[in-house]
Amino acid sequence: MNVKTLIQVFLLFSSLSILSIGGGNTVLPEMHRKAVGGYHWLTDKQFADVFAISQAAPGPSILIVTMIGYKAAGIPGAILGTFAMMLPAGMLVYLVSRIWERAKHSPARKAIEKGFAPLTVGLILASAWIMSKAADHDWRAYLLTAACTAIFCTTKINPLFVVSAAGLIGWLGWV
Amino acid sequence: MSEKPSLFELALTFNQIAVASFGGGLSAWSREVIVAERKWMEDEEFLSAVTMCRILPGANQVNLAVFVGVKFRGIPGALAAVFGLTLVPVLIVLALSYFYFQYHEVPAVAGILKGAAAAAVALTLSMVFKTGRKCLVSLVPVLLFLAIFLMNGLVRWPLLACLSLLAPLAIAWAWPKEKTP
Repeated sequence: MNVKTLIQVFLLFSSLSILSIGGGNTVLPEMHRKAVGGYHWLTDKQFADVFAISQAAPGPSILIVTMIGYKAAGIPGAILGTFAMMLPAGMLVYLVSRIWERAKHSPARKAIEKGFAPLTVGLILASAWIMSKAADHDWRAYLLTAACTAIFCTTKINPLFVVSAAGLIGWLGWV
Repeated sequence: MSEKPSLFELALTFNQIAVASFGGGLSAWSREVIVAERKWMEDEEFLSAVTMCRILPGANQVNLAVFVGVKFRGIPGALAAVFGLTLVPVLIVLALSYFYFQYHEVPAVAGILKGAAAAAVALTLSMVFKTGRKCLVSLVPVLLFLAIFLMNGLVRWPLLACLSLLAPLAIAWAWPKEKTP
């Protein structure tokens, strides 16, 4: 195990963590610059591949860090990198949520909760839009999306069942 | 909600959210489980937490796990929620990394993911309908909703630019009116 590499992994990802305003994907260019160009942990092609793989895996989108850490320094690198990517940002969220809890009855919190609701719904719609663009959907996928939306909105069927069925349809090559 | 969830429940719940999201749509899964199924939060509180977690640095869903964990059980709660959210995905990604760097290819799951992604988009859209029905009830919130979708979704402005324009308007609109004496 290479301690120097582990330290580099920790320092790189903990600094990216605090810079990633707006979500993990905003620091991808900087991550690429350092991991590929600076440290030569992986090649250009490998970076693109691990990005695609980490997006397809379940869970939070920052798990590309796990794969880069793995390539740089094995399993310890993977775990340390993932931890470093979450710790500084997590501490900031902790501080903010404490302030938020203390402001429970303030007019500012009431106004933010009420005012942010329509904005958040708009942002969620934007992410649905961007997701379907990124997945390069054709008309069959849109049809499947429409059918699933109708099921989610009108029935109480467990969504996991619907997503799995849609996965099966994809596996059979129907979309 | 009768009582606070235990650390174990927090970990289990976020694990459920993470594993269910294999086609994407983590935000929608979070609402489905935290608001609709477990009733730990109301929609309004949940939605504002989602946007705050987006503004703060870090992965949105990790931030949301920290936020919900702290709300119920302080720092141990945050650790339990993040652990639950990331354990299984990290193991999966590690296995995929091993395959990729060893054999230079990944097991063929592209078809499954394509179908699941279509359903994940659907779940996200249904979240828009379910939450929109409650908060898009007058002209101003509908305009705010349309404006941010246009800016962030269609024109692809960065989140902070959209919010620095629209958040002050939203807060001014929502500020509690003082009762006239």
